[in-house]
Amino acid sequence: MTIDQLLVYFFGACALLGGVLMLVARHPMRVALALISCMLSLAGIYAMLGVHVVAVFQVLIYVGAVMVFMVYVIMLLDVRDPSFLRRYSRVLLPGVVLGALLAGALGISAIRLGAAAIQPGAGASASAAPSYLVQPFSVEFLREYWLHFELTSVLLVAAVVAAIAIIRSGRRSDG
Amino acid sequence: MADTQLLLGLSFVLFALGLVGVMVRRNALVMLMCMELMLNAVILALVTFSLETATLSGAVLVFLIFVVAAAEIAIAIPIVLQLSRQRSSLDVEGYDRLKG
Repeated sequence: MTIDQLLVYFFGACALLGGVLMLVARHPMRVALALISCMLSLAGIYAMLGVHVVAVFQVLIYVGAVMVFMVYVIMLLDVRDPSFLRRYSRVLLPGVVLGALLAGALGISAIRLGAAAIQPGAGASASAAPSYLVQPFSVEFLREYWLHFELTSVLLVAAVVAAIAIIRSGRRSDG
Repeated sequence: MADTQLLLGLSFVLFALGLVGVMVRRNALVMLMCMELMLNAVILALVTFSLETATLSGAVLVFLIFVVAAAEIAIAIPIVLQLSRQRSSLDVEGYDRLKG
Protein backbone atom coordinates (compact mmCIF):
# COMPACT_ATOMS: atom_id res chain seq x y z
CA MET A 1 0.00 0.00 0.00
CA THR A 2 1.58 3.20 -1.17
CA ILE A 3 1.22 6.68 0.25
CA ASP A 4 -1.04 7.63 -2.67
CA GLN A 5 -3.49 4.91 -1.80
CA LEU A 6 -3.42 5.86 1.85
CA LEU A 7 -4.16 9.47 0.97
CA VAL A 8 -7.09 8.43 -1.22
CA TYR A 9 -8.49 6.38 1.64
CA PHE A 10 -7.96 9.28 4.03
CA PHE A 11 -9.71 11.77 1.76
CA GLY A 12 -12.52 9.29 1.15
CA ALA A 13 -13.05 8.87 4.88
CA CYS A 14 -13.08 12.67 5.29
CA ALA A 15 -15.68 13.00 2.53
CA LEU A 16 -17.86 10.36 4.17
CA LEU A 17 -17.52 12.06 7.53
CA GLY A 18 -18.51 15.39 5.98
CA GLY A 19 -21.56 13.81 4.37
CA VAL A 20 -22.71 12.27 7.65
CA LEU A 21 -22.12 15.55 9.50
CA MET A 22 -24.34 17.30 6.97
CA LEU A 23 -27.23 15.13 8.08
CA VAL A 24 -26.79 15.58 11.81
CA ALA A 25 -25.65 19.19 12.10
CA ARG A 26 -28.28 21.57 13.38
CA HIS A 27 -27.31 25.01 12.13
CA PRO A 28 -27.12 25.56 8.34
CA MET A 29 -23.71 27.19 8.73
CA ARG A 30 -22.32 23.95 10.15
CA VAL A 31 -23.96 22.03 7.34
CA ALA A 32 -22.25 24.37 4.87
CA LEU A 33 -18.89 23.86 6.57
CA ALA A 34 -19.36 20.08 6.48
CA LEU A 35 -20.21 20.28 2.79
CA ILE A 36 -17.13 22.43 2.15
CA SER A 37 -14.89 19.90 3.90
CA CYS A 38 -16.53 17.11 1.90
CA MET A 39 -15.90 18.98 -1.37
CA LEU A 40 -12.29 19.70 -0.43
CA SER A 41 -11.75 16.02 0.33
CA LEU A 42 -13.22 15.12 -3.06
CA ALA A 43 -10.84 17.65 -4.65
CA GLY A 44 -8.01 15.88 -2.84
CA ILE A 45 -9.17 12.56 -4.26
CA TYR A 46 -9.25 14.03 -7.77
CA ALA A 47 -5.76 15.42 -7.33
CA MET A 48 -4.48 12.05 -6.09
CA LEU A 49 -6.08 10.35 -9.09
CA GLY A 50 -4.21 12.72 -11.40
CA VAL A 51 -7.27 14.58 -12.65
CA HIS A 52 -5.81 17.94 -11.76
CA VAL A 53 -8.20 20.00 -13.85
CA VAL A 54 -11.25 18.67 -12.08
CA ALA A 55 -9.58 19.18 -8.70
CA VAL A 56 -8.81 22.81 -9.52
CA PHE A 57 -12.33 23.46 -10.76
CA GLN A 58 -13.80 21.73 -7.73
CA VAL A 59 -11.96 24.12 -5.43
CA LEU A 60 -12.45 27.23 -7.57
CA ILE A 61 -16.07 26.85 -8.63
CA TYR A 62 -17.64 24.78 -5.89
CA VAL A 63 -15.84 25.93 -2.79
CA GLY A 64 -14.83 29.33 -4.09
CA ALA A 65 -18.06 30.41 -5.75
CA VAL A 66 -21.04 28.21 -4.91
CA MET A 67 -20.36 27.62 -1.24
CA VAL A 68 -19.24 31.19 -0.54
CA PHE A 69 -22.54 32.32 -2.05
CA MET A 70 -24.37 29.83 0.14
CA VAL A 71 -22.56 31.00 3.28
CA TYR A 72 -23.46 34.61 2.47
CA VAL A 73 -27.13 33.67 2.14
CA ILE A 74 -27.04 31.82 5.47
CA MET A 75 -25.57 34.92 7.10
CA LEU A 76 -28.31 37.06 5.53
CA LEU A 77 -31.14 35.01 6.99
CA ASP A 78 -32.70 35.08 10.40
CA VAL A 79 -30.95 32.96 12.99
CA ARG A 80 -34.12 32.37 14.99
CA ASP A 81 -35.80 30.52 12.15
CA PRO A 82 -37.89 27.59 13.47
CA SER A 83 -36.31 25.23 10.98
CA PHE A 84 -32.95 25.90 12.62
CA LEU A 85 -34.24 24.38 15.84
CA ARG A 86 -36.17 21.38 14.56
CA ARG A 87 -33.89 19.55 12.22
CA TYR A 88 -35.93 16.72 10.82
CA SER A 89 -39.27 16.48 9.09
CA ARG A 90 -41.90 13.83 9.70
CA VAL A 91 -40.48 11.39 7.16
CA LEU A 92 -37.25 10.91 9.11
CA LEU A 93 -37.56 7.16 9.63
CA PRO A 94 -38.84 6.23 6.14
CA GLY A 95 -36.24 8.53 4.61
CA VAL A 96 -33.36 6.93 6.46
CA VAL A 97 -34.65 3.43 5.67
CA LEU A 98 -35.04 4.28 1.99
CA GLY A 99 -31.58 5.84 1.89
CA ALA A 100 -30.03 2.77 3.51
CA LEU A 101 -31.84 0.54 1.01
CA LEU A 102 -30.61 2.67 -1.90
CA ALA A 103 -27.04 2.67 -0.59
CA GLY A 104 -27.18 -1.10 -0.16
CA ALA A 105 -28.56 -1.68 -3.65
CA LEU A 106 -26.01 0.65 -5.24
CA GLY A 107 -23.20 -0.93 -3.22
CA ILE A 108 -24.18 -4.43 -4.33
CA SER A 109 -24.31 -3.24 -7.93
CA ALA A 110 -20.87 -1.65 -7.55
CA ILE A 111 -19.40 -4.88 -6.16
CA ARG A 112 -20.93 -7.00 -8.91
CA LEU A 113 -19.97 -4.52 -11.62
CA GLY A 114 -16.40 -4.34 -10.39
CA ALA A 115 -16.14 -8.12 -10.28
CA ALA A 116 -17.67 -8.58 -13.70
CA ALA A 117 -16.77 -5.85 -16.12
CA ILE A 118 -14.15 -3.42 -14.93
CA GLN A 119 -10.60 -4.49 -14.34
CA PRO A 120 -8.98 -1.87 -12.12
CA GLY A 121 -6.37 0.06 -14.01
CA ALA A 122 -7.12 -1.66 -17.30
CA GLY A 123 -8.22 1.53 -19.00
CA ALA A 124 -5.49 3.68 -17.58
CA SER A 125 -2.77 1.41 -18.89
CA ALA A 126 -4.32 1.26 -22.35
CA SER A 127 -2.61 2.99 -25.21
CA ALA A 128 -2.85 6.77 -25.61
CA ALA A 129 -4.20 7.47 -22.15
CA PRO A 130 -4.92 11.19 -22.13
CA SER A 131 -3.20 13.55 -19.77
CA TYR A 132 -5.40 15.33 -17.29
CA LEU A 133 -2.78 17.91 -16.39
CA VAL A 134 -3.89 21.49 -16.80
CA GLN A 135 -1.85 22.49 -19.85
CA PRO A 136 -2.52 19.53 -22.19
CA PHE A 137 -6.11 19.39 -21.07
CA SER A 138 -6.80 23.02 -21.82
CA VAL A 139 -5.17 22.85 -25.25
CA GLU A 140 -7.24 19.80 -26.13
CA PHE A 141 -10.35 21.28 -24.53
CA LEU A 142 -10.26 24.52 -26.48
CA ARG A 143 -9.38 22.75 -29.69
CA GLU A 144 -12.09 20.10 -29.62
CA TYR A 145 -14.81 21.54 -27.44
CA TRP A 146 -14.63 25.30 -28.03
CA LEU A 147 -18.26 25.43 -29.13
CA HIS A 148 -19.41 23.88 -25.84
CA PHE A 149 -17.21 26.30 -23.96
CA GLU A 150 -18.86 29.25 -25.72
CA LEU A 151 -22.32 27.82 -25.16
CA THR A 152 -21.70 27.68 -21.40
CA SER A 153 -21.35 31.46 -21.44
CA VAL A 154 -24.81 31.66 -23.01
CA LEU A 155 -26.11 29.42 -20.24
CA LEU A 156 -24.53 31.62 -17.58
CA VAL A 157 -26.06 34.77 -19.08
CA ALA A 158 -29.45 33.06 -19.13
CA ALA A 159 -29.00 32.10 -15.46
CA VAL A 160 -28.16 35.69 -14.51
CA VAL A 161 -31.21 37.00 -16.37
CA ALA A 162 -33.39 34.38 -14.67
CA ALA A 163 -32.06 35.28 -11.23
CA ILE A 164 -32.79 38.97 -11.82
CA ALA A 165 -36.27 38.10 -13.10
CA ILE A 166 -37.02 36.06 -9.97
CA ILE A 167 -35.93 38.89 -7.69
CA ARG A 168 -37.97 41.46 -9.64
CA SER A 169 -41.12 39.36 -9.72
CA GLY A 170 -40.89 38.84 -5.97
CA ARG A 171 -40.59 42.59 -5.42
CA ARG A 172 -43.65 43.23 -7.57
CA SER A 173 -45.81 40.77 -5.64
CA ASP A 174 -44.68 42.29 -2.36
CA GLY A 175 -45.55 45.85 -3.14
CA MET B 1 -4.12 4.30 -7.91
CA ALA B 2 -7.10 3.36 -5.83
CA ASP B 3 -9.39 0.83 -7.31
CA THR B 4 -12.54 1.66 -9.13
CA GLN B 5 -14.87 -0.21 -6.84
CA LEU B 6 -13.90 1.80 -3.80
CA LEU B 7 -14.43 5.14 -5.53
CA LEU B 8 -17.73 3.99 -6.98
CA GLY B 9 -18.85 2.81 -3.56
CA LEU B 10 -17.87 6.16 -2.03
CA SER B 11 -19.81 7.96 -4.72
CA PHE B 12 -22.90 5.80 -4.16
CA VAL B 13 -22.81 6.26 -0.42
CA LEU B 14 -22.44 10.04 -0.80
CA PHE B 15 -25.37 10.05 -3.22
CA ALA B 16 -27.54 8.12 -0.77
CA LEU B 17 -26.54 10.49 2.05
CA GLY B 18 -27.53 13.48 -0.07
CA LEU B 19 -30.85 11.88 -0.96
CA VAL B 20 -31.60 11.15 2.69
CA GLY B 21 -30.73 14.77 3.49
CA VAL B 22 -33.14 16.08 0.87
CA MET B 23 -35.93 13.87 2.20
CA VAL B 24 -35.31 14.30 5.89
CA ARG B 25 -34.22 17.84 6.61
CA ARG B 26 -36.70 20.69 7.03
CA ASN B 27 -34.56 23.68 6.12
CA ALA B 28 -34.77 24.64 2.44
CA LEU B 29 -31.16 25.80 2.30
CA VAL B 30 -29.94 22.56 3.85
CA MET B 31 -31.95 20.64 1.26
CA LEU B 32 -30.20 22.66 -1.46
CA MET B 33 -26.83 21.79 0.01
CA CYS B 34 -27.76 18.11 0.13
CA MET B 35 -28.61 18.35 -3.56
CA GLU B 36 -25.12 19.74 -4.11
CA LEU B 37 -23.76 16.71 -2.27
CA MET B 38 -25.68 14.42 -4.64
CA LEU B 39 -24.25 16.30 -7.62
CA ASN B 40 -20.75 15.92 -6.18
CA ALA B 41 -21.27 12.19 -5.80
CA VAL B 42 -22.34 11.91 -9.43
CA ILE B 43 -19.28 13.88 -10.50
CA LEU B 44 -17.07 11.47 -8.56
CA ALA B 45 -18.66 8.53 -10.39
CA LEU B 46 -18.19 10.33 -13.70
CA VAL B 47 -14.52 11.00 -13.01
CA THR B 48 -14.02 7.38 -11.99
CA PHE B 49 -15.58 6.05 -15.18
CA SER B 50 -13.71 8.57 -17.30
CA LEU B 51 -10.43 7.41 -15.74
CA GLU B 52 -11.48 3.85 -16.39
CA THR B 53 -12.16 4.40 -20.06
CA ALA B 54 -9.22 6.82 -20.36
CA THR B 55 -11.11 9.43 -22.34
CA LEU B 56 -10.82 13.17 -22.18
CA SER B 57 -14.50 13.83 -22.81
CA GLY B 58 -15.34 12.76 -19.27
CA ALA B 59 -13.30 15.61 -17.82
CA VAL B 60 -14.86 18.02 -20.31
CA LEU B 61 -18.30 16.83 -19.22
CA VAL B 62 -17.32 17.44 -15.60
CA PHE B 63 -16.40 21.02 -16.52
CA LEU B 64 -19.79 21.53 -18.16
CA ILE B 65 -21.49 20.06 -15.07
CA PHE B 66 -19.64 22.58 -12.91
CA VAL B 67 -21.02 25.41 -15.02
CA VAL B 68 -24.54 23.96 -14.82
CA ALA B 69 -24.17 23.65 -11.04
CA ALA B 70 -23.15 27.29 -10.77
CA ALA B 71 -26.15 28.33 -12.86
CA GLU B 72 -28.43 26.10 -10.82
CA ILE B 73 -27.32 27.60 -7.54
CA ALA B 74 -27.59 31.13 -8.96
CA ILE B 75 -31.25 30.49 -9.74
CA ALA B 76 -32.15 28.30 -6.75
CA ILE B 77 -30.95 30.68 -4.06
CA PRO B 78 -33.10 33.63 -5.23
CA ILE B 79 -36.10 31.27 -5.29
CA VAL B 80 -35.37 30.18 -1.72
CA LEU B 81 -34.92 33.81 -0.68
CA GLN B 82 -38.27 34.73 -2.19
CA LEU B 83 -39.96 31.80 -0.47
CA SER B 84 -38.43 32.68 2.87
CA ARG B 85 -39.47 36.31 2.43
CA GLN B 86 -43.08 35.43 1.65
CA ARG B 87 -43.46 32.81 4.39
CA SER B 88 -40.93 34.44 6.72
CA SER B 89 -39.54 30.97 7.34
CA LEU B 90 -37.21 28.49 5.71
CA ASP B 91 -39.25 25.54 6.91
CA VAL B 92 -40.45 23.54 3.91
CA GLU B 93 -43.45 22.24 5.85
CA GLY B 94 -44.79 25.80 5.84
CA TYR B 95 -44.83 25.93 2.06
CA ASP B 96 -48.27 24.38 1.79
CA ARG B 97 -49.45 26.79 -0.93
CA LEU B 98 -47.68 24.57 -3.45
CA LYS B 99 -50.21 21.80 -2.78
CA GLY B 100 -52.68 23.32 -5.22
